Amino acid sequence: MSENKTLVEVQHLQQYFPAGGVGKNRKYVQAVDDVSFAIRKGETLGLVGESGCGKTTTGRTLLRLYEPTGGKIYYDGNLLFDKENKIAVDMLPYRRRMQIVFQDPYASLDPRMTIGDIVGEGIDIHHLAENEKDRHDKIIALLERVGLNSEHANRYCHEFSGGQRQRVGIARALAVNPEFIVCDEPVSALDVSIQAQVVNMFEDLQQEMGLTYLFIAHDLSVVKHISNRIGVMYLGKMVELADSFELIAHSIHPYTRSLISAIPVADPVIARQSKRIVLQGDVPSPLNPPSGCRFRTRCPYADEQCANEVPEFKEVSSGHWAACHHLDRVK
Amino acid sequence: MSEKILDIQEERLSFFTPAGEVKALNGVSFAMNQGDVLGIVGESGSGKSVTAYSVMGLTAYPGKLVGGKVWFNGHEIENMKEKDFRKIRGNEVSIIFQDPMTSLNPVYTIGNQIVEVIRLHTNKNKAESWARAKELLELVGINEPEKRLKQYPHELSGGMRQRVMIAIALACEPKLLIADEPTTALDVTIQAQILELMQDLRKKLGMSIIMITHDLGVVASMCEKIAVMYAGHIVEYGTTDEIFYQPGHEYTKGLINSIPKLNTAEHERLVPIEGTPVDLLNPPAGCPFAPRCKNCMKICLSKMPPRTELSDTHYTYCWLQQKAEFEKGEKAE
Repeated sequence: MSENKTLVEVQHLQQYFPAGGVGKNRKYVQAVDDVSFAIRKGETLGLVGESGCGKTTTGRTLLRLYEPTGGKIYYDGNLLFDKENKIAVDMLPYRRRMQIVFQDPYASLDPRMTIGDIVGEGIDIHHLAENEKDRHDKIIALLERVGLNSEHANRYCHEFSGGQRQRVGIARALAVNPEFIVCDEPVSALDVSIQAQVVNMFEDLQQEMGLTYLFIAHDLSVVKHISNRIGVMYLGKMVELADSFELIAHSIHPYTRSLISAIPVADPVIARQSKRIVLQGDVPSPLNPPSGCRFRTRCPYADEQCANEVPEFKEVSSGHWAACHHLDRVK
Repeated sequence: MSEKILDIQEERLSFFTPAGEVKALNGVSFAMNQGDVLGIVGESGSGKSVTAYSVMGLTAYPGKLVGGKVWFNGHEIENMKEKDFRKIRGNEVSIIFQDPMTSLNPVYTIGNQIVEVIRLHTNKNKAESWARAKELLELVGINEPEKRLKQYPHELSGGMRQRVMIAIALACEPKLLIADEPTTALDVTIQAQILELMQDLRKKLGMSIIMITHDLGVVASMCEKIAVMYAGHIVEYGTTDEIFYQPGHEYTKGLINSIPKLNTAEHERLVPIEGTPVDLLNPPAGCPFAPRCKNCMKICLSKMPPRTELSDTHYTYCWLQQKAEFEKGEKAE
């Protein structure tokens, strides 16, 4: 974190998915709407939110695994995508620098490929190995780097446990020597004791290889542990963004507060004392999100202004961003 | 002292698979009184669900109870026939499954599914049953119950469906409610709602609850007693405070250390439990946790540790505790 250079930046990113209807009546799932943030080189930005809030879509759209329906994406100073000016750069050279680790280690590995071939595929595509031996050595080095051993290279993924599979997924992402990795819920499917192993490995890799992460998870305590800064999303919008300790200790958005209070604390004394802010109702459908502030239907502070105006996502104090009309009233 | 409702002694249960005998439970013993809330924590494959399911006779083929006694509310479960199980399931003991998306029948309305349970187990007529169903939906905090009764599961959100599951489970006021990871599939804010609801209901109805989960946070706020399971053994059992503040087993300590803390300013490195969970086809000869244990001794690898009583309510199976006990005794003499 020596430099403060921005590596990845998105501006007003928008991702709508068509969902039935024809012509004027065409409906869209507003998965991500007007999200802007920047990730500095060497830092970890965490994204949290409930299912359906658009955190995974943000990660995937950022890598252009989905073509965005609006906004701009910059990587290392280069414009990758600009909807307005119809710029869409060929991603292949960037794929080597930007990688992803998927959520479900059971579904994201091809069952008919050996572990060696899964890890080696990226090396082949980007011609990173000089010859067959070099390729083999590289694969073995990667497997050892993630805590597997060389004999695993010839096996298939059904022979592995969830934690080991996730390590294969990480080795695959590392195979092309990336600078930036989107970690899409990489530990959610794992048991607690294994989860800690994988989280530690992400931290070690970051230090050794100078990686930059976008770490997506719904578990706020894991995200807080690994991230320098955290962004909280709700129904396709970013509602708060701050330094990770600042966000936990001094959250200002009513949604973030209820989210933090809802996390069960693994400490009986604290758990008995703490008062949960229990939100009423469910998350509205992203097909037809509420007007104005999207959180207003569940917010205890909501009034008429919230229904009419979309709150601006603004910097409240240095490095602490939030989108709410009533920040002064939230206690 | 209140009445005993569940008493499991030395329960052994195995799955006879083509690859060999998988020993899912290896001598599990515990007892519960009326009104207790017991949390069973452990990783996937540790046998926590199998234990609870066996109380209801829901052990799936090729699983079989091979030893021990299970006594529930006057019934000897190990000798019971399927016909008798049907009478107690949903009546004296009921269950909430993990995934509300798949455990409701998609082709019946919510009302039909609740009424089914009521009519099976009580003498209520149709109108009375529907009235009771409406009452139940109100009890679990669903608004517009009349309308919901006529809806199908796909029309409801995950949190609502889990409420319906709870309503079905409570329809006959069971003595024991088994909640198998009731909030794992839900978001945190919805999880908070469901946990709150379960606590309220317990106060109102006074049933016993077995809460199965892998989330230590959930048991900390919900349960009075906790059983920690590993590889088909209860490795430690005690009150919530004892488990969290004076853990006796190395696995429990490891679990508590491996969860990231939310309220610390400094960055502390997580302390994971190294290694991978045991293969139940070939369990180790001694303590099942020995291969992953940091303080493993020679004896741990060859012999299963005996029970060490740490207090009236707290016991564990660990050689280190035996050793500590022994040394204390030496000094006392």
